[in-house]
Parts: sequence; structure tokens; C-alpha cells
Amino acid sequence: MNLPIPKDSTTGLIVSAMFGIVFGILLNKGRVTDYNVIVNFFRLKDLTVLKIMLTAIIVGGLGVFAMNGFGWIEGYHIKDANLAGMALGSAIFGVGMAVYGFCPGTAVAAIATGRLHALVGFFGMLTGGMIYAFSYPWLKTNVISIGQMGKVQLNDVTGLPMIGWWVILTAAAAFTFWMIERKRTANA
Amino acid sequence: MMKTETDSSRAGLSQKAWNPYLVGIGIGVLSWLAFLLVNKPIGMSTEISKFSGWVVGIFAGSETVANNAYWASKTPAFGYSTVFLIFTAVGAFLSAKLGNDISFEKVPEVWEEYQGGSVAKRMAASFIGGAVLLFGARLAGGCTSGHGISGTMQLALSSWLFFPVMFATGIITAKLLFRGKSNA
Repeated sequence: MNLPIPKDSTTGLIVSAMFGIVFGILLNKGRVTDYNVIVNFFRLKDLTVLKIMLTAIIVGGLGVFAMNGFGWIEGYHIKDANLAGMALGSAIFGVGMAVYGFCPGTAVAAIATGRLHALVGFFGMLTGGMIYAFSYPWLKTNVISIGQMGKVQLNDVTGLPMIGWWVILTAAAAFTFWMIERKRTANA
Repeated sequence: MMKTETDSSRAGLSQKAWNPYLVGIGIGVLSWLAFLLVNKPIGMSTEISKFSGWVVGIFAGSETVANNAYWASKTPAFGYSTVFLIFTAVGAFLSAKLGNDISFEKVPEVWEEYQGGSVAKRMAASFIGGAVLLFGARLAGGCTSGHGISGTMQLALSSWLFFPVMFATGIITAKLLFRGKSNA
């Protein structure tokens, strides 16, 4: 089989369906389809979100780094770093996530578990998407154009090579997990 | 403190919850496969903004969508990401069904504790929160999956900016929302 599979081919769509099912199961079993788990992360009372995300980043990142090194994958997919758009967009996103209690992915999963307020928020998301699309020409000129750095990675802007970043990030994650679990054991 | 007791030595579909580290490993491995098999990192918010375009097309006509500068580059069309979104819902439903986690929750526990039990108030907040969330995601160019997981694991500068900023404003917002218990 030739890789990668064209994503909009029949095989690609079947792969997508399987990925979706696994992703949905993982989000639900990780309890991030529960509003309380997400907001308690922002209240620093439940670190489930941090544990899941940090583990996914390290495991996923080391694997992708290795596969890229072996030439198994077709390089990285980096989003543009537009400093003004990033700063403003991320800030707005955090506010929305704390109020809604879901992010786009966990919202879709939470709706499927029956949560009615998650469904109402989905219509809010559709509205937000419309507002964005209609204000895009203005935003593009006045916000997104400011501080454009392009598709850069941490190694590009710091001079520390990628492997160095992975050593640091893996050590930092391991230390964080050790601290969390040590504290939990001490409290038990 | 709320804690759901989980037996982390088991990870069957009938379990309500799995060990979060195991879930994280699962998402990480899923990302490997996404890169390897289809050369497409996991993301969700682009697809939802395409749904917005699809809805606008129904009510305002397809020209409105075609003439829009944003939807011109993110054309609403059925494809890989549509299937991914739908089956994420299918997977979550199966998991919740087998794990006994289906709930037609209207007002979640923490919200009720601080903001009261009004259904209308919670629904209004969900709607507005959802709108703010997706607007922010599109301006930032991604959400918790596209930036928070897929972007950070590629060491993208944009994604490592996204994480601390959204975390900070999320903490501030939660502080404002959840202080002083409601008597309602």
C-alpha cells in the first residue's frame, strides 16, 4: 500500500471514521466530555486535562519526530505564527472554553453523550464561525497581518535543535507527572 | 473534592473512565497513525467553521459563501474532516453507552453550585461561550486539538504560544465565574 492514503478517497474516509471512533472513545474515557472535569482544570482542582494533553504531546511528538527522522512521513504541518492573531485568538479561546466548558473536539463528543447544554453551545460555535468568516477581511488587514513569523518551530526561533527540545520537554513532563503523583500519594 | 474511583489496571469499554495517562498515550499513538496513514494531523475547529459556511449557504445562498474571503479558502464540503467529526461523536456515544455515562445534563454540577440552577442562564452561557470559543479558535488558527495537541507535538511556535495564553485567560475566567456560592 502506498502511503499516505489520499484522505478524501474511500479508504481515506474509512481510516478517518476509525480514527474518529477511537478519538471519541478516548475523549469520553478520559472524562474530558464532562464539563466539570474541564472547568476544574481551569480551577486547578482536577489535573486530568493536563495529564492527558501532556502525555499525548510527548508520546505523539517523540513518535512524529522519529518517523520524520526515518523519512516515513511527509514532514511537518506547521500553522503560521501571527503574533497578534495568536495572542488575541488564544485569549478569546480561553474565555470561551471556561464559559462553555468544552473545546470544539470535546464538545462534539459531549453532545453524543447526551449533554444538552453542549448541544446548545454547538449552535453557538456555528454562530462564532459565521461571525469570524464575515469579519475575516477586516481581521486579516488589521490583526492577522501584525507580527507574522510564518511556519516556524521552536528550534527555528531558539537555535536549540529539535532533539534538545525533546530532551527538555520529556524531562519537564516526567518531572511534572512525578510531582503530581507524589502529591496525590502524600494526600491519600 | 470530587473523585471518581477508577481501577486503572482495567481499561475496558464498560469502564466509565480510564487512566488519563493511558488516554494520553492513546491520543499520541493516534497522532502517529494520522501522520503516517493520511498525512493529516488531528484537528476539529476548521471543520466546525465549514459547517457554519454550510448553514449560511442554506439560508443566504451559495454565492454568499463563495464570495466570502474566509470560506473561499476553507470551502465547506463533505470530506475527511467531516467524517472524522461525525465518527468522533459515534465513538463518544458508544463509549458513554457502554460505560453508562449517557446524561441529558442541562446544568452541570460546578455551574449550578456557583451560578444557580437556571436552565435558561446555563443555555445562554453555553451558546455565547461556544460562539466566543470558535471565533477565538479561528483567529488563533486552531483549537485544543489542532494547536494544543497536534501543533505542540510538532514544536510549532504558534501552538506553544496558544497553550499558555488560553490557559491564563481560562483560569481568570473560571476565577470570575466560580466565586461566591449561589443560593439559588
